[in-house]
Amino acid sequence: MNAYAERLYLPTAAPRTPAAAPAVEARPARPRQRLSPGTPARYGSLLGPALLLFYWSLLSATGWLDPRILPAPWTAVTTGIELIREGRLQEHLGISAWRAMTGLGFGVVVGTALALLSGLSLLGGYVIDGLVQIKRGVPILALIPFMILWLGIGETMKITLIAVAVFVPIYINTHNALRAIDLRHVELAETVGLSRWQFLRHVVVPGSLPGFLTGLRFAVTSSWLALVVVEQLNATSGIGYMVTLARNYAQTDVMLVGLVVYALLGFGSDALVRLLERRLLRWRRTLGR
Amino acid sequence: MSVGEESLAVQVRGLVRAFTSKGVLNGIDLDVAPGEFVALLGRSGSGKSTLLRALAQIDHEAEGTGEIRLPERLSVIFQDARLLPWMRVLDNVLLGISGGRDRGRAALAEVGLGGRERAWPHELSGGEQQRVALARALVREPKLLLADEPFGALDALTRVQMHTLLRRLVDVHQPAVLLVTHDIDEAILLADRIVLLEDGKLAADITVALPRTGIARRARIAELRALLHRLLGVEEFPDGGSDAAIPLPSLGERHG
Repeated sequence: MNAYAERLYLPTAAPRTPAAAPAVEARPARPRQRLSPGTPARYGSLLGPALLLFYWSLLSATGWLDPRILPAPWTAVTTGIELIREGRLQEHLGISAWRAMTGLGFGVVVGTALALLSGLSLLGGYVIDGLVQIKRGVPILALIPFMILWLGIGETMKITLIAVAVFVPIYINTHNALRAIDLRHVELAETVGLSRWQFLRHVVVPGSLPGFLTGLRFAVTSSWLALVVVEQLNATSGIGYMVTLARNYAQTDVMLVGLVVYALLGFGSDALVRLLERRLLRWRRTLGR
Repeated sequence: MSVGEESLAVQVRGLVRAFTSKGVLNGIDLDVAPGEFVALLGRSGSGKSTLLRALAQIDHEAEGTGEIRLPERLSVIFQDARLLPWMRVLDNVLLGISGGRDRGRAALAEVGLGGRERAWPHELSGGEQQRVALARALVREPKLLLADEPFGALDALTRVQMHTLLRRLVDVHQPAVLLVTHDIDEAILLADRIVLLEDGKLAADITVALPRTGIARRARIAELRALLHRLLGVEEFPDGGSDAAIPLPSLGERHG
C-alpha cells in the first residue's frame, strides 16, 4: 500500500514537509540500473571450484559416492603426499611439465612467426594461410600414426605433436589481430615516417598483442591436452604414464591424483597467462576489468 | 617527390587523382609560400581531402599524374587524434623520434598538457587528444603542416579554443599550413588565403587580409562570408545581414 501511494503521489500519503508542501514533490532519485557487472572481487573466480569441492566432499563423506568410482577429495591429498614421499609424483610431474613447456615454446614461436609472415606480406598470406586452415581441420589424434612413423616414439615425437597442437590457436588469433590492425594507425605510421622495423615494434606488435594473448590461453590448454594424449599412448614416464599404470592396477586414488594434477596445472597456467594479459594490456579500458 | 626550393613551401602542378569510389582531382595547380596559412574550402566530395591525402603521400590506392614538391619536414593532423592507445601521451608525441624527451615535454606544455605525459590516451577528452596530436605534429618542427578537418569532431566550445591555440602555435613556429575544412568561419578566422575547391578543380583563390581589430575587421568578415556563401551556393538567412551580425570570436582582438 505504501509503495503504491508513493508511486501515484496520492495525497493521502503522509506529507514529508509539514508546512506548505511544494506543488511538485521532490523525490529522491531512484538509482539507475547498472548494466556493467561491477568491480570483480579479488579471488572471485575460485567460487566455482570451491562449490564443486564442497559438493564432492559432501557426497563422499555421506557415502553416496563409491570410492571405487571416485575416491574422496582427501584421498587424493593423502595419496598425493604418499606419492611425493616416494618421489614418484615430482619425477613424473617434472618430465610432463618439461614436455609441455618445450612443446608450447616451439609452438608459440612457430605460430607467431607464421602469423607475422602471413599477416604482413601478401605472398606469405597466399602460401601459409590456406595450409594452416587445412591443418586446422585435421584432428591432432589423426596425426599420431604419421608422427610415430616419421619421428619414432621418443621425446621428439611427443614434443613435435604438442607444438603442432599449440601453433594453430596462436596462429589463428595472432593472424586475426594482425588483419584487424587499424588502417588509420598505418597511415599515421607513414606520415610520421616510421621505418618498417619501428612500424612493427610500435604498431603491429602492440596492436596484435591482445589477439596473441587470447591465442596463448587456448594454446596452453592445447598443450596439456596434447600432453595427455602422447603420454597415455607410449611413454615410460610422466603423469599420463602414471595414470595409465594406475588404471592397469585399478588404483583409482592414483588416477585421481593424476587428474587433480592436470586440473591444477591447467588452472595455474591459465591464471598465469591472464596475469600476463593484465600486465601487458594495462592501456585497455574494458568491461572485464 | 623532391625537396622544394626555398621560395615555396608547396608547389603542385597538374595534379590528377582518380579513385573508383572516393573523390577525384582534375588538374590542380597550387602554390603555398613558406609560413603561409591556406585554408582549403569545399563541399563534401569536392576533392579537398583527396588533395590533402595526395600531399601527405598516403593515397596509395589513387591513380594519377602530376608533380608535387614538398618540404622534407612535414606533419599531418587528422580529424581524429589518431593516438596509439597502447602508448602513453609522451610516447605518442615522440612516435618515430629517438630521444628528445625534453622536446616532447616542451611540446606538450605548449599545447597546455604539461604534466600529462604519463597519461593513457583514453584518459583524455577529445579536445585534449587533439592537442596531443598537435604536439606530435609540432615536435617535428615541420615546414608544412597538413590538417584534414582537425576540429571537425570537436564540440563548438572546444573548437574555438583549438582555433586560438592553433593560430598561436602557427605564429610561433611559422610552418606553412594547409587546412582542409568545410567551416567557412574557421577558414576566415585562421587562414591568410582561402582556396575553394569544386569538382576536383580550384574554383577560387581569395586573400583574407583581415584587419586586426575593430569595425573594419567585422566588416571584412561579413564580406568574406557573403562571398564564400555565394561561391559555395549556400543560401543565407532571408534577412541577409543578420547572419553577419553574429559575433565571432576574434582572434586578433584577443592576442593582437
